[in-house]
Amino acid sequence: MAFKARHKRFVLIGIGLALVGLAAMLILNAFQSNMVFFYTPSQVVKGEVPKGTGFRIGGLVVAGSLKRGDDGLSVSFVITDTAKTVPVFYKGVLPDLFKEGKGVVAQGKVGADGVFTASEVLAKHDENYMPPEAAEALKRAQAQSQTLVIPAK
Amino acid sequence: MIPEIGHFSLILALLVALALGTFPIIGAASGNAVWMGLARPLARTQFLLIAIAFACLAYAFASMDYSVAYVATNSNSKLPIQFRIAAVWGGHEGSLLLWAMILSIWTVAVSLFSKHLPDDMRARILGVMGLISVGFLLFMLMVSNPFERLIPAALDGRDLNPLLQDPGMIFHPPMLYMGYVGFSVAFAFAIAALLGGQLDAAWARWSRPWTTMAWVFLTLGIMGGSNWAYYELGWGGWWFWDAVENASFMPWLVGTALIHSLAVTEKRGSFKAWTVLLAICAFSLSLLGTFLVRSGVLTSVHAFATDPRRGLFILVFLVVVIGGSLALFAWRAPTVGRGGKFAVVSRESFLLANNVLLAVAAFSVLLGTLYPLFLDALGLGKISVGPPYFDTVFVPLMTPALFLMGIGPIARWKNSSLPELAMRLRWAFGVSVATALILPVLLGHWTPMIGLGLFLAFWIFATSANLIYQRLSITDQALHHRVKAIPRSWWGMVIAHLGIAVFALGVTIVKGFESEIAVRMLPGEVAHLAGYDFTFKGVEEIQGPNYTASRGQLLVTKNGAVRTTLSSEKRLYTVQNMPMTEAGISPAIIHDLYASLGEPLEDGAWSVRIYYKPMVEWIWFGCLMMGLGGLLALSDKRYRMRKRLAKEADLKLNEALV
Repeated sequence: MAFKARHKRFVLIGIGLALVGLAAMLILNAFQSNMVFFYTPSQVVKGEVPKGTGFRIGGLVVAGSLKRGDDGLSVSFVITDTAKTVPVFYKGVLPDLFKEGKGVVAQGKVGADGVFTASEVLAKHDENYMPPEAAEALKRAQAQSQTLVIPAK
Repeated sequence: MIPEIGHFSLILALLVALALGTFPIIGAASGNAVWMGLARPLARTQFLLIAIAFACLAYAFASMDYSVAYVATNSNSKLPIQFRIAAVWGGHEGSLLLWAMILSIWTVAVSLFSKHLPDDMRARILGVMGLISVGFLLFMLMVSNPFERLIPAALDGRDLNPLLQDPGMIFHPPMLYMGYVGFSVAFAFAIAALLGGQLDAAWARWSRPWTTMAWVFLTLGIMGGSNWAYYELGWGGWWFWDAVENASFMPWLVGTALIHSLAVTEKRGSFKAWTVLLAICAFSLSLLGTFLVRSGVLTSVHAFATDPRRGLFILVFLVVVIGGSLALFAWRAPTVGRGGKFAVVSRESFLLANNVLLAVAAFSVLLGTLYPLFLDALGLGKISVGPPYFDTVFVPLMTPALFLMGIGPIARWKNSSLPELAMRLRWAFGVSVATALILPVLLGHWTPMIGLGLFLAFWIFATSANLIYQRLSITDQALHHRVKAIPRSWWGMVIAHLGIAVFALGVTIVKGFESEIAVRMLPGEVAHLAGYDFTFKGVEEIQGPNYTASRGQLLVTKNGAVRTTLSSEKRLYTVQNMPMTEAGISPAIIHDLYASLGEPLEDGAWSVRIYYKPMVEWIWFGCLMMGLGGLLALSDKRYRMRKRLAKEADLKLNEALV
């Protein structure tokens, strides 16, 4: 009797572990396939970005680059990290704090023509705040330009 | 002068908290009754001191004292008075003060309602809470002092973030914090039990009402936040899987697991170690949540200034609290002993499965929230994990959880029979499958997700109906007697479970049948959505107390009959020069109509977004039911210990006299 009970316990623990393992696999799998990576406009121009899958870019909206389509809803603008620029197309209403010359992050895909089609445009939450991705893009571009400017001895 | 009084009382509060965190605990270990007896007066003194500090800060806000740096950054002379007061917790420093204040409220509450606890237990619980308080007060005084002066004083304040200028700001943060901090009581009970080595059914019974209370606050706090985001952010979403929301959701998931596992520990003596672990985890996640949100690690509406010194302090504090309590757990848990045995098919098993699922769900949220932060901190790149990840993970995890929720309350403790359960629930199963197949077709379209959601919602409705019917048909008394004879905690459970079903129904219907359009509208133009006609009446300029706004109105008609008017505003808060959209919503039981003004286009046209949100209100109504269920469980008479004890004492006295 005791033997049987112990067996039952083992089977139970086994099933439990298998289920937890299954759940872990499910979670990690979902995690991997839904990670969205971040790239700077410079990386987009150099073609260092995945084709066909979505990613995020960040930077500043170039002043004077915002244009509206005839329907009044589709917009195009240019994102820069001060080194390179990427044209962006977006159909939808822009967030309240979207402004030319200010930081922005967009999520979407880049097409063969080099235009980034955004599915989502995120702006900052207050006047002084820069989205971390946008700040990162500027920082990287700056670091790169410095390494170019300073001549190697 | 007033801010200095506040600052000074914070320093005194720290000293009192230090005393509270040491003497009673040492007293409990050495059996020194005087030292243990210090716990209660110290808890009350601490509360008084922190309340004085809080009042001083509120006074500085109300009297517009811009020589206090924190007031100058988070308020403005044009800000209406109710928001000036709510601005006390509008920034990092004040939120911490609110946290400490609420912790001291819970501490006093424990000191008041713990007369039935053994002296050493009470001393340890209050001591542990005092130690937590030390951490927060130290943090405030070292790196986040809300009373810091600004010299020279600012002429006017920089204003509260316009997103926060909403009635939601008055209720949401205090509610949420009552929930977060409330788990510190369960945590303190668990640590006290580990220290004292007495983990028994009595321990579970004592900590149950406190945990339930905290859970009710957290549930209502999250609900308030979700509703606020829905009408404030202007795009009709009610949950964004934003890191800050996740930070409040993780303790909720673990807290939900905890209240269930406490039930098993109390009734059957099983799961003791697991319950203690959950109590530790729930509070650790609350702490993590507070700091994630309030430290600037996460940049969002909720995050404020970033300061590396704060980050370091937070990290050390988290390591000490979480690491220390887990180490204590590892050391003392083996002494806890085993609980009652139970069979594979029993209520214990179902509750265990529910616990594991909730814990795994909390882990998946933790992974999705923290992993991007780790990568970023280690300089391995920036990634983001959006709603698709959480949606993919949550459906397969919550499906079995909700399914088992229908069976658990019906299964017997210790040993239940699967064929018997199947027999009893066959009708409930049939009804819910039929609803899942037929109802979506009647409503327009059927997808597997809609089917699944409806099945789960109606499964809980049907099994609950079965449960209530069986429970009421045991005796043949009059119905209201039978209803009354059943303990309130049981009704609380049923109502909270029905709340989950209502919530699931709302989510399913709104996700499956919502629709939206974004259009360019000239005054007089008509847009069509979900059988309604929306006529744009143009935009008028209005002047608010601290903003100017363009208010656009949409007349809603159906088949020519006027239904309602939606008025949405595009506000410009003048101090921070920050634009904000105020959505126009017509809420109703069957569906919400929701409009938000986009941008002005040429010729007086505006871009306008209109949303049709069927049964979206059910989501929050479901949460309300969960909260109500919790309150009902709390009002159960077996928690009114004092009265019962008094009665028992009376009886004994009578017997003695006879």
